Amino acid sequence: MIALLKRDLALAVRAGGGFGLGLAFFLIVITLVPFGVGPDTGLLGRIAPGIVWVAALLAALLSLDRIFALDHEDGSLPLLATSPLPLEGVALIKGLAHWITTGLPLTIVAPVLGFLLNLDTAAFPWLLASLALGTPALSMIGAFGAALTVGLRRGGLLMSLLVLPLYVPTLIFGALVVARGAEGFSTHMPLLMLAGITAGVFALMPFATAAALRINLR
Amino acid sequence: MSIWEYANPKKFIATTTPILPWLTGAAIATLVVGLIWGFFFTPEAANFGASVKIFFVHVPSAMMAINAWAMMLVASLIWVIRRHHVSALAARAAAPIGMVFTLIALFTGAVWGQPTWGTWWEWDPRLTSFLILFLFYLGYIALWEAIEDPDTAADLTAVLCMVGSVFAILSRYAVKFWGQGLHQDSTIAKVGERDPLHASYYLPALICMAAFVLIFVALVLIRTQTEIRARRIRALEARMRA
Amino acid sequence: MELHVENLGVARGGVPVLDRVSFTLAAGAALVLRGPNGVGKTTLLRTLAGLQPALSGLVRYPEGAAAYASHADGIKAQLSVTENLAFWAAVHGVALPETVFATFDLEDLRDRMAGTLSAGQKRRLGLARLGVIGRKVLFLDEPTVSLDTFSVRMFARWLREDHLGAGGIAVIATHIDLGMEAPELDLTPFRADPMARGGSDEAFL
Repeated sequence: MIALLKRDLALAVRAGGGFGLGLAFFLIVITLVPFGVGPDTGLLGRIAPGIVWVAALLAALLSLDRIFALDHEDGSLPLLATSPLPLEGVALIKGLAHWITTGLPLTIVAPVLGFLLNLDTAAFPWLLASLALGTPALSMIGAFGAALTVGLRRGGLLMSLLVLPLYVPTLIFGALVVARGAEGFSTHMPLLMLAGITAGVFALMPFATAAALRINLR
Repeated sequence: MSIWEYANPKKFIATTTPILPWLTGAAIATLVVGLIWGFFFTPEAANFGASVKIFFVHVPSAMMAINAWAMMLVASLIWVIRRHHVSALAARAAAPIGMVFTLIALFTGAVWGQPTWGTWWEWDPRLTSFLILFLFYLGYIALWEAIEDPDTAADLTAVLCMVGSVFAILSRYAVKFWGQGLHQDSTIAKVGERDPLHASYYLPALICMAAFVLIFVALVLIRTQTEIRARRIRALEARMRA
Repeated sequence: MELHVENLGVARGGVPVLDRVSFTLAAGAALVLRGPNGVGKTTLLRTLAGLQPALSGLVRYPEGAAAYASHADGIKAQLSVTENLAFWAAVHGVALPETVFATFDLEDLRDRMAGTLSAGQKRRLGLARLGVIGRKVLFLDEPTVSLDTFSVRMFARWLREDHLGAGGIAVIATHIDLGMEAPELDLTPFRADPMARGGSDEAFL
């Protein structure tokens, strides 16, 4: 399984792997928001938690269809399915690799973008914590959506439609952590919920993802 | 004689065809009685005015929006466990109906909310949950439409329905947590205890709910029959080509 | 080590295509599948490899012994030849044998990116994967597509000497002569009646 993780990471950082595209997209979305809502720093600071989280979610969504589609095209998927690796493990590793190449960099640069949006400095630790806890769930849920639509030629749009409603709880609690942190309220409850969602998603989603892959490989 | 015998497509069509006219008739009759009673023979509520009458459409459709999804979940489980095609097709047949109920609930909610809250749309937890439910229906139907092989589509949509149910419940609680509501809590349960609505609403409301259930069952049966026939044409065509 | 197939029925898209296929291969034996396009060779191989469920009958071979190879061989263009093979070796938990580079004529290509290989070279790389993972029961779907005669002979020699010679088993669907002694199985007589029972949608007929 480590070999699969290494290969996926190597593929992501090499030419044409699309590493950094999600990050650039994240940056652009956040730069565009002030153009849309005006340069009022008070307003920007208030909506910053939601904007950072929605932008992170869209950036993760952007690269989801690569999780399985490339392996499906070149025939790796049936070969992995007949290899000694359990398909559940493949699903887990794929979700993890997606997080390392999109969610992790997003989390690291998010504080810089927090300054751009005039986010209250008290909220910065919470921004980091919520993204670090929440973005893995985005990747793993996304892997499930990618597995459902892997056999379809133009599955990207459909996958967004399937995945976005599943993102609602993660988004709500993630943004709530930052918003409460900015206002100086207790972030205990949403943070726990966010951690719970991520833990639950990583425990159960690999099975659903592997089931969807098996159905699609038939 | 087992209940699973009705899961045979031919047996299903043969059994449901004679029932359907009666069911449809009963659905229309209860709907007419319930709505006329509710609209014209109940007093107007003091703090709501005439707009309260939309309750007789809003509450039953909201109830059926959730029940339709629950029925799809049960049908999906039956398909996954027992591989009865009729079950998968019934889930497929129910989805657009459930989606329309959700739309009706959203629309009537907006119309009701306008005079009450002074705005057409309020990000109230209950209303927002139905909007999310609508998105789930949309995704489910889109997945059915996108996949060519019917058995693959049935399997994948069943998986989506199960995973979606978990996330729908999770979203419901998340949304509840996220916004403090304007919405009154479950209207019908309160009727008996504290009488927020007039007690004379109780019976017509029940009749309307029964009517919506009957409409749902009749529509699901009709649509399942259609799906079965479409599947039969497909199966025969595939063999003619071979 | 034995591959035992008994009264196997397979379906494509829910419609039965082959029925009552039976054969037994002992260690070191190969079988070549013949038959016109669309008769169900690929479907049969996928079913044997466990990628899709059989309609009826029974397939028996030691668990975890099978490998499937088709035209799509899972080669990543952004990885070098060695990296591609090392990945599959790691996935299967074996060391990358140095000999495969010579056997499949990949010595000079070791560090080339797989994306820059010609179609025939890519195919050799895909087949070399079989030499790396060391699975004993091979299901090969048109393994020689886009190979030149020299490479075909090279592959046939590997199959005969290194694979079958070491007690392996192979079922091969191919249209060309591999130049090896192997019994052939024409699938035409096993064509299933499309109205036969067992299809996934038979309840609708």
